[in-house]
Amino acid sequence: MKFVDEFREPEVITRTAAEIRRLADPNRHYRIMEVCGGHTHAIYRFGLKDLLPPNIELIHGPGCPVCVLPMGRIDDGLSIAEQPDVIFAAFGDMMRVPGTRGSPLEHKARGMDVRIVYSPSDALKLAQTNPDKHVMFFAIGFETTAPSTALTLVRAKNQGVHNFSVFCNHVTIIPAIRAILDSPDMRIDAFIGPGHVSTVIGCRPYEWIAKDEDKPVAVSGFEPLDILQSIVMVLRQLKADEAKIENQYKRVVPWEGNRAALRAMAEVFELRPYFEWRGLGFISQSALRIRDSYAGWDAEQRFHVPGVRVTDPKAAQCGEVLKGVLKPHQCKLFGKECTPEHPIGALMVSSEGSCAAYFNYEHRKTARLTSIESVA
Amino acid sequence: MCLAIPGKIVQLFPDQPPTAMVDVVGVRRKVDLGLLQDQPPVAGDWVLIHVGFAMSKISEQDANDQMRTLRMLGEAEAAMEEVQGYGLEES
Repeated sequence: MKFVDEFREPEVITRTAAEIRRLADPNRHYRIMEVCGGHTHAIYRFGLKDLLPPNIELIHGPGCPVCVLPMGRIDDGLSIAEQPDVIFAAFGDMMRVPGTRGSPLEHKARGMDVRIVYSPSDALKLAQTNPDKHVMFFAIGFETTAPSTALTLVRAKNQGVHNFSVFCNHVTIIPAIRAILDSPDMRIDAFIGPGHVSTVIGCRPYEWIAKDEDKPVAVSGFEPLDILQSIVMVLRQLKADEAKIENQYKRVVPWEGNRAALRAMAEVFELRPYFEWRGLGFISQSALRIRDSYAGWDAEQRFHVPGVRVTDPKAAQCGEVLKGVLKPHQCKLFGKECTPEHPIGALMVSSEGSCAAYFNYEHRKTARLTSIESVA
Repeated sequence: MCLAIPGKIVQLFPDQPPTAMVDVVGVRRKVDLGLLQDQPPVAGDWVLIHVGFAMSKISEQDANDQMRTLRMLGEAEAAMEEVQGYGLEES
């Protein structure tokens, strides 16, 4: 509650929180999943849980691309970069993600040519300025980043840049939601839909969640008020026994999405028959691969890829946390062996990973309070 | 990588691929406009940028709100680092 004054329009926040309490049936327990890691981060950072009645439980979803990438893919990408004259280029988020033999950053310390780029187009530029090397861009992300990778590949082909390839780990959000709904140990009442993914795919792809699964969805922005309003939207639907898709983030998300971005993705990518997700296992048609017409720029077709499958460290319970079955602090390693400084699982690396968010805001807050109490 | 960074278009470059100079709280970098070809922006427009590509047009008010949200989330520094890194300037 102490944060409320810091918010813009604190009185609207207070009113919205009161509306949530009014709508929530005290005899019912609500499980609402925020799909996107950005929302998870915001919920912890702003302490929004403190504004909700105890019978509203927020379940953290799989929308953190770094977190859902299985370790074997990191090993595969690094094994390509072990070949002579290959530069491994990736976003900064990837650099500390552990593979079996260390993270990309640790490989760099051992001599691998590893570069941080902030845009796939800069990875292409790196190839153009290093004609004697091969630049492999380790691509990750949901539909938010996939169109940029696609357009970069179109440019590489048009400009005839042949010392460039993409190791494609792009995933799509809809099949992951389906896998969660199909999972027998999960009960979700409603979804807070991802904001930025939806700027690309629009709101239509969620319609089956309402029609076939009878679950409300509110596509949400990232401000505290956005998230609270989205909770109001789904609670109103649940109270009225309705299920539909509402767009709380209309100021940024068009109902039809970004057609130019969707065209770029369709030009370059096709669905993989199946792809492994950390915690969720193999999900059919849940990831993108590069079409044959771009085979010359597909690292998986240009290089030998071992196809490594690695099980996560036994004690780490990343999978259960990713599915929302366990809260981050319920994992045996949380805050002990596994911390943001020394991550064992990827959920501790990314700021959007629920373990890092929980550690940085809840765990540290509790630790502070405990030390104050012990002094007192 | 998942940050949506608000910027103001200060200059359009007619090159192929289409790019623009954007200003993100004083830092100017080139971004790609290829994903906005259905609604080409003009100088003075505000856009949300993901990994060096303008992804959607927004209002000035929403741009200010987004920057404030990034600050509140403790992500403003990472956003500026990302913008400064566009174009390999830092490497």
